[in-house]
Amino acid sequence: MAISVVMPRLSDTMEEGKILRWLKQEGDRIEVGDIIAEIQTDKADIEMEAFGSGTLRTILIGAGESAPVGRLIGVIAEEDEDISTLLPPVMGLAVQSASPTRPGAPALTPPILQTVASGRVKASPLAKRLAREQGIDLSMVSGSGPGGRVIRRDLAAPIPSAAAVGQRAPSTSTAPPAAKRAVAVASPTPSVGFEDRDLSPMRRAIAKRVAQSMATVPHFYLTVEVAMDKATELRESIQAQTSDLKVTFTDIIIKAVAIALERHPAVNTSFVGEQIRVYSQVNIGIAVALEEGLISPVLRDCSRKSLAQIARETKGLIERARAQKLRPEEYSGGTFTLSNLGMYEIEEFTAIINPPEAAILAIGRIQSKPVIVDGGVQIGQRMRMTLSCDHRAVDGMTGAIFLQEVKRLLEHPLDLVL
Amino acid sequence: MAIITYREALNQALREEMRRDPRVFLMGEEVALYQGAYKVSQGLLEEFGSKRVIDTPISEAGFTGVGIGAAMVGLRPIVEMMTFNFALVAIDQIVNQAAKILYMSGGQYNVPLVIRGPGGPAHQLAAQHSQSMESYFYHVPGLKIVRPGTPKDAKGLLKSAIRDDDPVIFIESELLYGTKGEVPDGEYTIPFGVGEIKREGRDVTIVAYSTMLLLALQVAEELEKEGISAEVVDPRTLRPLDTEIIIESVKKTNHAVVMESGAGFAGIATVIGAIISEQAFDYLDAPVERVTGANAPTPYAKNLERAKAPSKERVIAAVKKVLAI
Repeated sequence: MAISVVMPRLSDTMEEGKILRWLKQEGDRIEVGDIIAEIQTDKADIEMEAFGSGTLRTILIGAGESAPVGRLIGVIAEEDEDISTLLPPVMGLAVQSASPTRPGAPALTPPILQTVASGRVKASPLAKRLAREQGIDLSMVSGSGPGGRVIRRDLAAPIPSAAAVGQRAPSTSTAPPAAKRAVAVASPTPSVGFEDRDLSPMRRAIAKRVAQSMATVPHFYLTVEVAMDKATELRESIQAQTSDLKVTFTDIIIKAVAIALERHPAVNTSFVGEQIRVYSQVNIGIAVALEEGLISPVLRDCSRKSLAQIARETKGLIERARAQKLRPEEYSGGTFTLSNLGMYEIEEFTAIINPPEAAILAIGRIQSKPVIVDGGVQIGQRMRMTLSCDHRAVDGMTGAIFLQEVKRLLEHPLDLVL
Repeated sequence: MAIITYREALNQALREEMRRDPRVFLMGEEVALYQGAYKVSQGLLEEFGSKRVIDTPISEAGFTGVGIGAAMVGLRPIVEMMTFNFALVAIDQIVNQAAKILYMSGGQYNVPLVIRGPGGPAHQLAAQHSQSMESYFYHVPGLKIVRPGTPKDAKGLLKSAIRDDDPVIFIESELLYGTKGEVPDGEYTIPFGVGEIKREGRDVTIVAYSTMLLLALQVAEELEKEGISAEVVDPRTLRPLDTEIIIESVKKTNHAVVMESGAGFAGIATVIGAIISEQAFDYLDAPVERVTGANAPTPYAKNLERAKAPSKERVIAAVKKVLAI
């Protein structure tokens, strides 16, 4: 039976994918599970498996080309099978074979993909209402109901996403587009040269997501200054003890946040329409800047992990994120996000919440400052961090008490290793 | 609270109402000397005599007409159909007379008549005697339709039916007569148009009445083992229908399965399904699923009869379908 090979939806936010290369060519024999192509999504490069066996009869989207999710990109069928009914009308004529047609032969396309292909998002009335209330763009949610219909539970799962704006690293390699845009904005006349660059899938996902978050989630911000002297000492003493383990300030802050979230579960929540979902696990997303944009790999169950474990796992996640090799489960399911721009000398900033999470913590740099201790001036290590909260789920005091706890833990970092 | 059978509950209701109101009388085939084909009228002839417990000839159109006339002039007759399928013989009396007289007489005559007896598929009663007769009557304005599923409801609703000033179609079931349940001690009635949540649940609403109620409760028990929490809503009366209890339940669970033992097409499950879609649309996470008998005559052969009827497996499948699991 002929099988339609369609652009798969490989992440919740994926809308189109680019064929990096075909590993099989037209005429090649395919077995179920064979890797037939490599696809670049908004998140990562992912290998695509064949859902059925046969011969790869035709390739419709070549290497380097993109196709929206659900679009037919190839057909696997027996050698003498008529595949004209599966192909777009014009193509069908061209490839029509002499064998008798089988109009009834159904395509083995996963239903989830078909719905996307039609351009209309199928969603239950309840899912539509909840999406409206929560400001979720249904086209970014993959449906698990019959025929790919989006149902309530699809909205409930934390949606993987690009995280805070302002996190984009001022990396030299990506600076030019910003400059070009500045020119274009300053002089709108087309005669003043500019270049419109196509959005990469990741850029598009980020744009959509941050706009949606800012427009629908009522943010408020809490900033606190933390004395990082002891945390700095702790880090130095760990470094002095072990050569194979590198603990970063981000790791130390993750640990502090994890403990604080466990003690203040009201912040480890999502506003889901008529309820507040309180997560039983602390899954912290770490915003990682990439050339193309950013991604937040998620460190799961942080509150149960030691600082050493956190340091090791975070390192692996960040490396895979930079190589765009994260698996979907590694960048989904976060309950809180951390964004650190300290290494870029940013003193403090506000981050955009990563829905459906209820808060995100933006970390500034640690700097030496004159501080007053016991009536005298000393040099202290100070860091400013800003918590953005979804006011529908978290109130000012709730956020403040949580932030106070993070501060306290960082200022008494022995609690982080005990 | 005493635990009694559905049959005894009906018998108590008849007896209590006949004691309370001398205008109440019972007539039908075999109701007196034989004490009822299903023994619902046991002991009534002895207590109330042959003027109030009357054996009729096999003439449904005739004795239903007598009942309507008696009701019009002030008595409160109860007409028993040996099986409700026989009401088809009297359908002109019921639909064109009983249901219309209040309206066509400009309110001068009301018809406080109860027509009662067993209906719906039972065991091997074959095509002509297995029909869910409520479907033939709830379409008709002017009739009230009652389908109790438990002894408590049977008693409380039959008493209300007898006291009601309008014609009431009260359909029991051969399969329910022997079932037992708690019945409150002392005097009570259950108002029409008030459903009851027979089992509370969270994930899915199953609407079911009469014999289907029992099946729904079994299914809910089964689902519980799989971690699915089903709420079972029994409307008890189909006209008037307690839409509120159904809608509120669906708003809570967001999923609905409606059951009916009848032949499905254009049946009560369809009506209830439509009401849910209209009134709880924004709360639905999946289309309403109906589980009904097949749209075919009921076969006599046991295996085929079983295949036609809603089964536990089909209800479970429907629940899983609406929950997309």
